[in-house]
Amino acid sequence: MDVTVIAETSGDRLHPVTAQLVGAVVSIGGTPTVLCAGGMGAAEAASISGVAKVISVVGDCFGTFDGGAWAEALNAVTGGDVIIAAASSTGREIAATMAAMRGIPIIQDATNLAPGISVTRPIYSGKAIETSTVTTPCAITLRANAFDAAGGGGSAEVSTVNQSADVAVAVREAIAKASERLDVAEANIIISGGRGMGDPANFSYLNEIADIIGAAVGASRAAVDTWEEIPHDMQVGQTGKTVTPSLYIAVGISGAIQHLAGMRTSKYIVAINKDPDAPIFGVADYGIVATWEDALPALKVELGKL
Amino acid sequence: MGIAVLLKQVPDTTAKISVSGGRVDESAVNKWSMSPYDEYALESALQLKESGGGDLVAITCGPSRAAKMLTDAAAVGADSLLHILVEDISGLDSTQVQSILAAAVAHSGSDIVFCGKQAADTNAGSTGPGVAHLMDASCVTMVSEVVSDGSSLTAMRASSDGNERVAVSAPCVFAFDKGIIELRRPNVRGIMMAKKKVAETLSPADLGVDISVSSVSIIGHNPPPQKPPGQKFEGADSVAAVVGKLRDEANVI
Repeated sequence: MDVTVIAETSGDRLHPVTAQLVGAVVSIGGTPTVLCAGGMGAAEAASISGVAKVISVVGDCFGTFDGGAWAEALNAVTGGDVIIAAASSTGREIAATMAAMRGIPIIQDATNLAPGISVTRPIYSGKAIETSTVTTPCAITLRANAFDAAGGGGSAEVSTVNQSADVAVAVREAIAKASERLDVAEANIIISGGRGMGDPANFSYLNEIADIIGAAVGASRAAVDTWEEIPHDMQVGQTGKTVTPSLYIAVGISGAIQHLAGMRTSKYIVAINKDPDAPIFGVADYGIVATWEDALPALKVELGKL
Repeated sequence: MGIAVLLKQVPDTTAKISVSGGRVDESAVNKWSMSPYDEYALESALQLKESGGGDLVAITCGPSRAAKMLTDAAAVGADSLLHILVEDISGLDSTQVQSILAAAVAHSGSDIVFCGKQAADTNAGSTGPGVAHLMDASCVTMVSEVVSDGSSLTAMRASSDGNERVAVSAPCVFAFDKGIIELRRPNVRGIMMAKKKVAETLSPADLGVDISVSSVSIIGHNPPPQKPPGQKFEGADSVAAVVGKLRDEANVI
């Protein structure tokens, strides 16, 4: 089974999820050809174990993001029975457009694959899990951190293809993030605050702790909707970001079902809440019944000792 | 300028999802709502219509119960309603959904399409880009705002470094994220007017779309795996113990 893997990049580097895509393809007996849009990350992709070949696709259209143009250019250089991409916003768009171009089905955000092809994915933001089978040819996007990454040490051949497409989305202005903080979708540790923080200014306590442990700061929907100082890109939950960090610390978050949907698959969850009956304790590995005013200074001291 | 907004009725985000006999039990869903990202698409489409003129058609592909959601869209200002009636949409694959919606957009004569970046049930995000391809339209996803400057449309979208303002021309599709725009509520007059508005109801076959063979077969649904109960501590004095466990037991810090 020939599989086209769309490399995920972060800036001009290869994103680590790309090795997970390759690992998943190899695990179901596929032969992965990795496509690097704009040539980004091609050398790194070639060193992933199990990669059959790398095609560096170079063209003017890759200067800015137009999912339609990227898909058209990538689609022109490859066949394959299956298209695999990361379930990031760009990966989803490129894969969905390529699938539509080929008239083949797409299944997004898979968390497990088995030969067949059998696909497992969360639905209703993780309130249920769906298993389905899909006929090939098809496209599938994979959730980050759900698959074991292929190792290094590979030495696949890299070929370069010049292929561009007409760009229909013109970037007029780039507006940098207001804060330089780590994005919750990318972070390995997240500390999130809810309406229990009382005031958006109190998020500074979360920022201080985040700085100590290299965490991103998130927020519940209640906090985002209540305080305009807390932007939507911090929101974790069903209408925000779905996250799977290794450690998620929820502070002053009661644990509404929409919030749990976005963070319940975190590897370890710590909850700090003054209400012992808060639903967040139902998913917490370590629950601390205390006010944030008492707990956060202690947490800062203890983490500072590490 | 014809504007279409693609809407999907989904279990409310506050609804519990239960699984019975290997399938999500839809009859146990206590509240059905317009998918949250679609609400932002609808609001932005209304604002574009108000600033630039043009008719706004609200389109859904779904079962009979979704008619209420179209009426809700009319109550806040959608001019016409188009309901592609499919009683069980769970069996449709992405190709079929996109074919139905692209045909519905063509039927409505619209060249600017608003939709959510993904629906709150399937969480997929394939519809906007797929419909755009079938319409031969440009597509912008992760959109929070759209304004018209006469000849072209300018959208604000999320990017890896923050936000970008991008320009496109019709035909185009905007797939919406939750944004900064405030959602309007219907007023009494809007609700009364909406009750009189009759949706045009068509089948996929009426649009020339064959839905007899799906390339995806659902094997089953399961509830999410339950975590074993965690450890609970009283008071801020326990913080040191928990940090110790995170370091030694969980090895995550």
